[in-house]
Amino acid sequence: MEQHGPEPQPHAPPPSLWPVGFAVGVAVLLTGVVVGWLVAAIGATIALVFGFLWVRDVTGRAPHAGKPPPPVGARAATEAGHALPLADEGEIERFPRSRFLEGATLGLGGLIGGLITVPVAGLAIVPTFVGQKHEDVDVGPLEAFPENEWQVVTFMEDPSEGEVSRRTAFVRSNGELQGQPSLTILSNRCAHLGCPVQAAGPLDEAQKETVETSNTVVTRIPANPAAFACPCHGGAYDTEGNVTAGPPVRALDRYAYEIRNGRVFLTGAYSVGKVEGEGKDAVITKYDLMNPGLHVDGPSSLLYPIGPPR
Amino acid sequence: MAVPVRTKSRRRQQVEQAALYPLDWLEERSGLVGATKYFLFRKVPGDISWGHTLGSATLTAFLVQTITGVILAMYYRPDPDSAYESIQHLTNEVTLGWLVRGMHRWGASVFIILMFFHMARVFLFGAYKYPRELNWIVGALLLILGMFEGFTGYLLPWDQTAYWATIVGVNLQGTGPFVGPFLVNVLNGGAEIGVDTLARFYAIHMLLLPGAIFALIGLHLWLVIRLGVTSQPWSPEAAGAGEPEGPKPAREGLVRQSRGGGSE
Repeated sequence: MEQHGPEPQPHAPPPSLWPVGFAVGVAVLLTGVVVGWLVAAIGATIALVFGFLWVRDVTGRAPHAGKPPPPVGARAATEAGHALPLADEGEIERFPRSRFLEGATLGLGGLIGGLITVPVAGLAIVPTFVGQKHEDVDVGPLEAFPENEWQVVTFMEDPSEGEVSRRTAFVRSNGELQGQPSLTILSNRCAHLGCPVQAAGPLDEAQKETVETSNTVVTRIPANPAAFACPCHGGAYDTEGNVTAGPPVRALDRYAYEIRNGRVFLTGAYSVGKVEGEGKDAVITKYDLMNPGLHVDGPSSLLYPIGPPR
Repeated sequence: MAVPVRTKSRRRQQVEQAALYPLDWLEERSGLVGATKYFLFRKVPGDISWGHTLGSATLTAFLVQTITGVILAMYYRPDPDSAYESIQHLTNEVTLGWLVRGMHRWGASVFIILMFFHMARVFLFGAYKYPRELNWIVGALLLILGMFEGFTGYLLPWDQTAYWATIVGVNLQGTGPFVGPFLVNVLNGGAEIGVDTLARFYAIHMLLLPGAIFALIGLHLWLVIRLGVTSQPWSPEAAGAGEPEGPKPAREGLVRQSRGGGSE
C-alpha cells in the first residue's frame, strides 16, 4: 500500500498465521466434498474459526475490535478512519475517498470473479469424483464356463456409453467350493500402467460367440493360456495373476462375482496384492480397487493413503 | 533519420504522404505504429548469432499449430462414436485435409523440438541469469504447457495408439504420491476413460492450454523487449575486451551484456 507522508506504522497488518489456518480449512472442506460430509463439516468449521480470527486480527486496530466481518467497503472506510488522527499531526490524508473507491473496486471485482470461478472450477472438477455409477454385468449362464477352461470375455460395462466402456476379463471355472461355484475372473487391465493384458496361448476364434445377456453384449472366446502378458512394457503374469516378470507392481485385478438364477454377474473389480495357491484353493489378498501402477502393499503403498471414491 | 542527400520531387512527396496517411491516422489514434516499431526495431548486440533466432522459430511453430488447429477444428467431432470417422474423412476426402492435418501433426513435434533447442541455447549462453530469471521461469511453464498440449492432442485421433497411449499417460500421472489418484479422475473426467474424456481433452487442447500459452508468450516477449538479448559468452563485446572494430553497435539503453561465462 502506498504511504502518504512519514507515518510511523504501515497500514498493512503484520504477518499472521490465521490465513494459513483459513487456507487449511478450505482445503479440508474441498477434500470433504469428495471424501464425505463429516470431513467437509470439519473443514468448514476450521475455515470459519480461522476466518473469524483473521478478520478480527485485521480489524483489531480499529475502534470496534472483534465485531463480525465487515463488508469490503466498510473495511476500507475503517482504514481511512484509522488514518484520520494522523492529520492532527500535520499530515494531510489526501485521498480517503479514492482509497475507498479503490478498495470497493478491487473487492467487488474479486467478489464477482469468485462468484464466477467457484461454480466453473466446480463443474470442471467435482463431477469427475461424484456419481461414479456402477452396475453389475451379466456375462452369461454358469454353464457357459466349463470347468478348468479359460475364456476371454469381453463386455460393455455400460452399453449406453458404447464401445468406450468395453472391458475384458479372463474367466475360468474352478468347479465347486463348499457347494458354491468357484470362478477365477482376472481383469485384463495391466497392473503396470493399464494396457490390455493378453492371453499368452492359443485363442479358439472358431468357437467365438457373441451373445446378448440381460444387460449387455458379451463376447466369449475359449483360450488356453499358459500365462498372461502385456504388449506395452512386457509385464508377465501367471494364470493366477501373480507377476512373474516385468514392471507391474502387484497382481492382476480381479472381478468379484455373484451367481443369480444360474447366471454369472460381475459385481465390480478389486485389486489384489498377491495370490497363494491355485484355482478354488487360492488365497487372495484383496484390496479396494486401485489405479494401475500403485502399490497396494509394502512401504510404497503409504504414498497413496486415500483415493477418490469408486 | 539520415539526412536526405537530395531533395525529393514534389510529386514523390505527395505520393509518400498519401501512402503514409493511413499509418499516420492509425498512429495518432492508437500509438500502434510506434508500438510495433518498438517491438520490431529493437537494439541488439552487434554480434548475435543464428542461435538467437530459435525463439522466433518456436513462436512461428506455435502460430502454425494455432492456425492449422483452428481449421482442423472445423472438421473434427470430439465424440467417441464419430471422432475416428471424422479424422478419416478429413484426411482422405476433404481437399487438402491430409496436408493441414500433416502440418499440425508434424508441426507439433517441431514445436516441442524447437522449444528444447531454444532452451538449450538460453542455458548454454547463460541467458537465464540476472536479470532474466523470470523469463526462464515463464519459458519453463511454456515448456510444460506445450508438452501438455502434445499429451492432450495425442488422444484426439481416437485410434488404438491414441487410446492406449493416453491410458498409459494418465496412469503415469496417477502414480504421483498422494494426489496421483485424484489427478487421474480430473484428467479422465471420471475413474476411467469414458464418454466425456474425449471432449474434455479436446477442450483442454484447443481452448484452455492455447489461451494460457498465448498469455505466457505475451509475458515472455515483453520481458525479452524490456531486458534485451544477450551476446554469446565468447563474444569479445560481452567480455568487455575493448570496443569492436567498425561502427559502434547499437547497444545502449536496456540492452545488457552477459558477463562472458567466467572469462573474468
